[in-house]
Amino acid sequence: MSRQYLIRRLLIAIPSLLGISVVLFCVLALAPGDPFGELVTNPAIPPEVAAALRAKFGLDDPVWTRYVHWLMAMLQGDWGFSFVSRMNVDKLILQRLPTTLVVIGAAQLLAIVVALPVGVLAATRPYSVFDQVANTLAFIGFSLPTFFTGLLLILVFSIKLDWLPFVFRDDINATGLQWLWEQVKQSIMPVTVLGLFQGASLVRFVRSAVLDVVRLDYVTTARSKGIGEGKVVVKHVVRTALIPVVTLVALQMPIVFGGAIVTEQIFRIPGIGSLLISSILANDTPVVMGVTFVFACLVVLFNLIADVLYAWLDPRIAFR
Amino acid sequence: MPGSTPASLSAELPTRPATAAPAKTPRFSPGLEAWRRFRRHKLAVASAVILLVMIVAIAFGPLVWRVPINEIDFTAKLEGPTLAHPFGTDDLGQDVLARLLYGGRISMAVGLCAMLVAALVGVLVGAVAGMSRGTVDAILMWLADLFLSLPQLPLLLLVIYLFRDALKAVFGPEGGIFIMIVIVIGGLRWMPVARLVRAQILSLREKEFVEAARALGASKMRQVVRHILPNALGPVIVAGTIDVAAAIISESTLSFLGLGFPPDVPTWGRVLFDAKDYLDIAPHWAMFPGAAIFLAVLSINFIGDGLRDALDPRRVL
Repeated sequence: MSRQYLIRRLLIAIPSLLGISVVLFCVLALAPGDPFGELVTNPAIPPEVAAALRAKFGLDDPVWTRYVHWLMAMLQGDWGFSFVSRMNVDKLILQRLPTTLVVIGAAQLLAIVVALPVGVLAATRPYSVFDQVANTLAFIGFSLPTFFTGLLLILVFSIKLDWLPFVFRDDINATGLQWLWEQVKQSIMPVTVLGLFQGASLVRFVRSAVLDVVRLDYVTTARSKGIGEGKVVVKHVVRTALIPVVTLVALQMPIVFGGAIVTEQIFRIPGIGSLLISSILANDTPVVMGVTFVFACLVVLFNLIADVLYAWLDPRIAFR
Repeated sequence: MPGSTPASLSAELPTRPATAAPAKTPRFSPGLEAWRRFRRHKLAVASAVILLVMIVAIAFGPLVWRVPINEIDFTAKLEGPTLAHPFGTDDLGQDVLARLLYGGRISMAVGLCAMLVAALVGVLVGAVAGMSRGTVDAILMWLADLFLSLPQLPLLLLVIYLFRDALKAVFGPEGGIFIMIVIVIGGLRWMPVARLVRAQILSLREKEFVEAARALGASKMRQVVRHILPNALGPVIVAGTIDVAAAIISESTLSFLGLGFPPDVPTWGRVLFDAKDYLDIAPHWAMFPGAAIFLAVLSINFIGDGLRDALDPRRVL
């Protein structure tokens, strides 16, 4: 992979980030209600003071100047002040972001660990009993909404069996191994909910990608050279089949974030997803904007990572 | 479907072995052929039956099960399933079955309308992009890519947060949120349809029958509407079916987060949201709406899968 490809790919990410910021700004600008609306109706404030405030914050400027100002502020990390949490929005989000990333990352890992072998096995035995069972289970998996699986798991493992805690706690009074064990215990259910949902659609991607590859001539060649079946599948088939899967996983990221918001809300995980919901319920606009923007940036970032992985798996891409 | 009368089928069947040897299968109309393929997908047929039962239940159920959805009865609160309340009652003693039957109408209507919005926008954008080469095509496809990389749920939440009150004032609390949810869900799901339609148009546009139409002086509009779109419909129907399921999930998610319909509109997600704090003492209250969402979504997804097999003429079954 050449550095040139990396730079080119980074440059392509800029317009999409700009596009997303335009969409966000349009939503904000079109929204009814005005941050100074209250001042205008408040009789204690003379109209000329309100007008001066509007001019100071540029509310009467043309739309595109307001957009540039807003974008500059966002780029400089000036994301506003959360009135509910009494701190700067960027600090608040940075505090919550690692939890979300750990949960999403663990769930993705679980999804890949489950989906890759199942998908490959199903595709190497197409239309067998295993394939049909896996396919049906995959359908059930992505038809089960995350909020329902979450509640089901809570009902079974927390309420009936009392094995796992259903509220995620940030302040565990333990150290060392005990702390780690408590962390793992409280993460099992959220990660399972998110991972299985993601894994279910991944199984179908992997299966169809492997099915496309196993029929190719080079696989027959590898077999006829006397390479064992296991080695053919792992070294020759899977590596090629993974290329489209990587892109599909990246395209799934927006859905994964949706699932993460729901999961964080159910299990009360203190990540940016639950922050988004609580800020919406508390009318904390700067935080809502900030979190949405962070989610958008994360989607673009994961698309970028996918493209880089893509070029690593298939070197031809980088030379196009 | 023209010519799909069963009479012609039974008339043709006995003569089959005697006449044309190369044509091994009897000739079916496209609709009948699709149905024949669809029937082979056992799970899809079972799903169609389940979905039909659910639709009949929510359409006619409230006429048969005449318990009001908002009759508060504290003496019967949080009861498990009994004869008087087959699905139990909630924390106000309201009948869960009646609420689910009523809420199902809204959940399904949201799914269908959002799909229609998505399909309409998608076909329009795809057709324009496919028929106009060059800059317009490039811009529209860039826009589709951009929308694909938008974080949908956060954006959905943001839009609802910002526009909720304004629409409520214009259309009332239920109508406003219904219109908004349908438009936003539909507006965030048109991209796959647009790409499908564009790809179909790009390939169909060069086919001889379209060229013939062009040679006869058909306008671009007529070429698309009369000749290209009917042939591109299969994948659009499949995508639309799956969009219904996705829209139902989106609506339920919003309601489950407490940001969808108001509390007096018991959509399935809303009932689940109200029930989640009583999981330990009244699990039935959460299980029934959850199962309803799951069954509806699963059967729609399976039907989509069956339609994919049925509507792809290249597929040999």
